Amino acid sequence: MNIWATILVGLKEIWAHKFRSGLTMMGIILGVASLVGMSALVKGMENGMREAMQAIGGIEKVSVIQQELPPNQSHLSDQVVGITMSDVEALKKNATLTKLITPEMNLGRGGVVSRGKKVFRPWNISGTWPNALDMNVHKIEHGRMFNEIDDDLARNVCVIGTEVRDQLFGTFEETGKDIIPIGEEININGQLFTIIGMFTRYESEKQKKEREYQLANPSPERLGPERRTGWGRGGPGGFAFMLKNSTIYMPLNTMWLKFRASAGTNNIPDPTLSTLNIRISSVEELEAALQQARNVMMSTHFAMEDFTFRTQENWDENIRAQVNNYRWSGGIIAAISLIVGGIGIMNIMFASITERIREIGVRKAVGATTFAIFIQILIESIVVAIIGGILGVFVSYGLVELLKILIPTDNEPVITLWAVVVSFCFSVLVGLMAGIQPAIKAAKLDPIEALRYD
Amino acid sequence: MALVELENVFKIYQVGDEEIRALDDVSLKIESGEFISIIGPSGSGKSTLMHLLGCLDTPTSGKITLDGIEIQNASSMELAAIRNRKIGFVFQSFNLLPKLNVAQNVEVPMIYAGVSAKERRERTMEALKKVDLENRAKHRPMQLSGGQQQRVAIARALINQPRIIFADEPTGNLDTHTGENILNLFRELSQQGSTIVLVTHNPEIAAVTPRRIEIRDGKISFTEDDRLAGTSLNK
Repeated sequence: MNIWATILVGLKEIWAHKFRSGLTMMGIILGVASLVGMSALVKGMENGMREAMQAIGGIEKVSVIQQELPPNQSHLSDQVVGITMSDVEALKKNATLTKLITPEMNLGRGGVVSRGKKVFRPWNISGTWPNALDMNVHKIEHGRMFNEIDDDLARNVCVIGTEVRDQLFGTFEETGKDIIPIGEEININGQLFTIIGMFTRYESEKQKKEREYQLANPSPERLGPERRTGWGRGGPGGFAFMLKNSTIYMPLNTMWLKFRASAGTNNIPDPTLSTLNIRISSVEELEAALQQARNVMMSTHFAMEDFTFRTQENWDENIRAQVNNYRWSGGIIAAISLIVGGIGIMNIMFASITERIREIGVRKAVGATTFAIFIQILIESIVVAIIGGILGVFVSYGLVELLKILIPTDNEPVITLWAVVVSFCFSVLVGLMAGIQPAIKAAKLDPIEALRYD
Repeated sequence: MALVELENVFKIYQVGDEEIRALDDVSLKIESGEFISIIGPSGSGKSTLMHLLGCLDTPTSGKITLDGIEIQNASSMELAAIRNRKIGFVFQSFNLLPKLNVAQNVEVPMIYAGVSAKERRERTMEALKKVDLENRAKHRPMQLSGGQQQRVAIARALINQPRIIFADEPTGNLDTHTGENILNLFRELSQQGSTIVLVTHNPEIAAVTPRRIEIRDGKISFTEDDRLAGTSLNK
């Protein structure tokens, strides 16, 4: 028996009962659509969770940070050297698995900027190298980043985040325009700096959508006294973007000479770096790269382990675990609806073979084997599932569009090829499982009894 | 060797404690090219005999040979293959598949025989020509008269060039005139060399065949052969 002929018979059977087949398929269509839709929502959520991690440099970025000596070395604590430029040079020469190194000296919590009467304490005022752009995934929107010459000459230039601009020059909402303060001067801890560049505005997809939604659909004016309404916007990880916007970068040498060498009240030069960021080539090499960096630094630190590494592995694992949880719980609920669809198919197949007992008898009389009948019924069931699955994939795109309209400010649901393939295969599997029992029943019919049946 | 040979065939059904002997020690030979009828009142066992001959069922004991193949021990798959290639059935109620058109109905046995689509089309048209229905190929069975439907069924029975055709009350649902046409068609086929077994309860219809076997209570009670008596229907 030719398989194509069998499929054709199945298609004809489906076509002969268009309405009934359509209803049966509806179960599969909705099941597949809800499975794909659910996974698209989870994917969107995952994107939302990942973008904050990407914004601070991603999993490939590792910070080398200072720590207390371990207990067995604590008697050497007066000899520790801290993380210095000599580590940077040594890593650059010897740590082959590290592809980018960025030293950073910051003002810690003591940094204050002011312009006129406006004063602001940014999250981060750092002296660094121009490659900090790559390291921390910054993008210059206006002006330029400082370069090696600025660094060599220790010029008083800086690049600021939009939050700094908002605080010192006014927000878009306050001034009605996007102020670009390139060339303006600001005061950082008593030193005059020229702004030569400004970063783009960092925000999560959700924050961006909320902002755009607010612009398009202004909410009614809030009653009562004016107030700040807090930071609880922009979903999980939104804080990462807030902090990133609240950044001022200046050349490393400027920071060193103007604030660290011996300035102001601090007349003891402090050559230690606040952080040393390294970027590794790939996550797979993380262990080896960390081991290599440790070996190099143990030699520059005379075997005193006053440093450690900070990776984003926990964050990454958290995201993974959370996404996995959502995927399974959502997936199982959606899969149940697909299984219900399968039960619908089984029901209809039983009804269909009861209607066609005589036909099955005739087919057997003219030479259909038990197996041929089994395959015919099974294929009819699978064909319903396949057509339902294909339509379901199309419907899922519609469903996702609908979700986008219903939740305009949430992370955009993303349909992945993987979700489509898995859902489709699952629907075919459900069709197969649903067809087996009716097919066995049909195949087992006695041709004599079947021919007599009215 | 005879085309069909039954030796001491029993078919016994167990209903509760009671044993029903549907066929009780039946022996029978049918030669290739014969036109034979099996007659008997309902409940006589003639349907059981036809089911055994038609490989729809297997005997409780005894030996059945069809075209050199012993079928009493054949598996259901082997029986299906024999039904497909060596046997054609014509039923009282035509048993056409209502959702398929005439040509598709005739094609069904060839699909199970694995015949290519092209050859199926050619052979279908040929068979429909034989029964004068080539211009009804696209019609549904319900759009045809009873006689036409039975002719479609005959075309379907012939399509795999079977060694033997079983017709179970083929005129039972037809009026006398149409019934006669169908019987004439069988006679023509017989003259062309087909082996045909006609199962009926009606002696008048059985009279068209040269040889008649009567079944009563599961036994062959009577055999009549016009050829032995020196008379032939086809004279």
